[in-house]
Amino acid sequence: MSINATLIGQMIWFALFIWITMKYVWPPLQKAMADRQQLIADGLAAGERGKHDLELASKRSADTIREAKEKAAGIFAEAEKRGAQMVEEAKDTARAEAQKVYDAKLAELEQDTERARSALRDRVAELAVAGAEKILRREVNAAAHADMLSGLKQEL
Amino acid sequence: MASGETLNITQYIVHHLTNLKVGSGFWTWHLDTLIVSGALGLLVFGSMAVLASRATSGVPRGWQNFFEMVLSFVNQQVKDTYHGNHPLIAPLAITIFVWVFVMNAMDLIPVDFLPETAKAVAVNTVGADPHHVFLKVVATTDPNLTFAMSITVFLITIYMNFAVKGVGGFMHEIFTVPFGAKLAPVNLLFRVVEEVARPISLSLRLFGNMYAGEMVFILIALLGIWQLPLALPWALFHILIITLQAFVFMMLTIVYMSMASESH
Repeated sequence: MSINATLIGQMIWFALFIWITMKYVWPPLQKAMADRQQLIADGLAAGERGKHDLELASKRSADTIREAKEKAAGIFAEAEKRGAQMVEEAKDTARAEAQKVYDAKLAELEQDTERARSALRDRVAELAVAGAEKILRREVNAAAHADMLSGLKQEL
Repeated sequence: MASGETLNITQYIVHHLTNLKVGSGFWTWHLDTLIVSGALGLLVFGSMAVLASRATSGVPRGWQNFFEMVLSFVNQQVKDTYHGNHPLIAPLAITIFVWVFVMNAMDLIPVDFLPETAKAVAVNTVGADPHHVFLKVVATTDPNLTFAMSITVFLITIYMNFAVKGVGGFMHEIFTVPFGAKLAPVNLLFRVVEEVARPISLSLRLFGNMYAGEMVFILIALLGIWQLPLALPWALFHILIITLQAFVFMMLTIVYMSMASESH
């Protein structure tokens, strides 16, 4: 073992390799590692935020669903009430209509009855006159007894 | 021990522990140390640089995952120990850990594999003398390398002292800690001993561990058929030493940097 000029050569090699590491190896790798660390930290933070957002959103959606349900129930009750009301109205209308038809028919019937009755009365008067003619077997002056006959007709 | 018929045991061991040299005196260059450490460094740091340029902050895959794991581990050690924010410290620790680890890991390649391959190539291509083709593949068993690293760390420590505390603050600390201004020479002496002991212990620790580990591999390789049941357990145990030594060198460097950047 002897110390000689190799020492100088080795110092140059050593210095060269330190320089390479300092300039071309360590800074880029360190930067890559630091960037990755940042990336991972950001990703984790984003994940946490996403989870939080999801929680909020699910809470909001539950609220919305409950509100919608309430609203739907309200609408349903309203519709039911409205339906019942409409049925009731229809019933009333139908009843009124029926009453109207019934009244009209009744009036017509009464009119018919009246007409028949008056016709009948005429016939009875004629029959009575004819009967009286037959009973009396004599000419009765129709014109002279018209007043009496119409008064009779009124009494029938 | 492929060339056992031409080398005796001592020659075999010495051959394995000799560097491939050019030059003479101080200006001797250990070509194997320089080439192996440089090639490994260029390979790992080059691929890390390529990978880092394509690094994505999305889902990491394959090698990016692996390097991110290693770098975060080192960076965590830096953060736990060093409380300044000098941009040099983390890259320095990463460089030390990764580079020392891959150089140590060359120990796990069977001891004769690369030297014998190099010998065969050298003899067959340039007709070299097989006894003079040396290759020490574990660069951290060369004290030149470990001292080069620890001295560089030492110089950076001095720089950090000046950069963080300023000239006045650093001088004040050297002359007054730990005994106060009245014993300034003693303080200076303590400080010098402390500062000099650090790079020496740092480099000799790594060198000694790896040298001893390599030595055991060589001795196991001498056992003929008995190396088969022994090499594997030692290699498995050595994985621990390889990692631990890389970690210790990195950790102590961080501690020194931390001490240099904090006032007493």
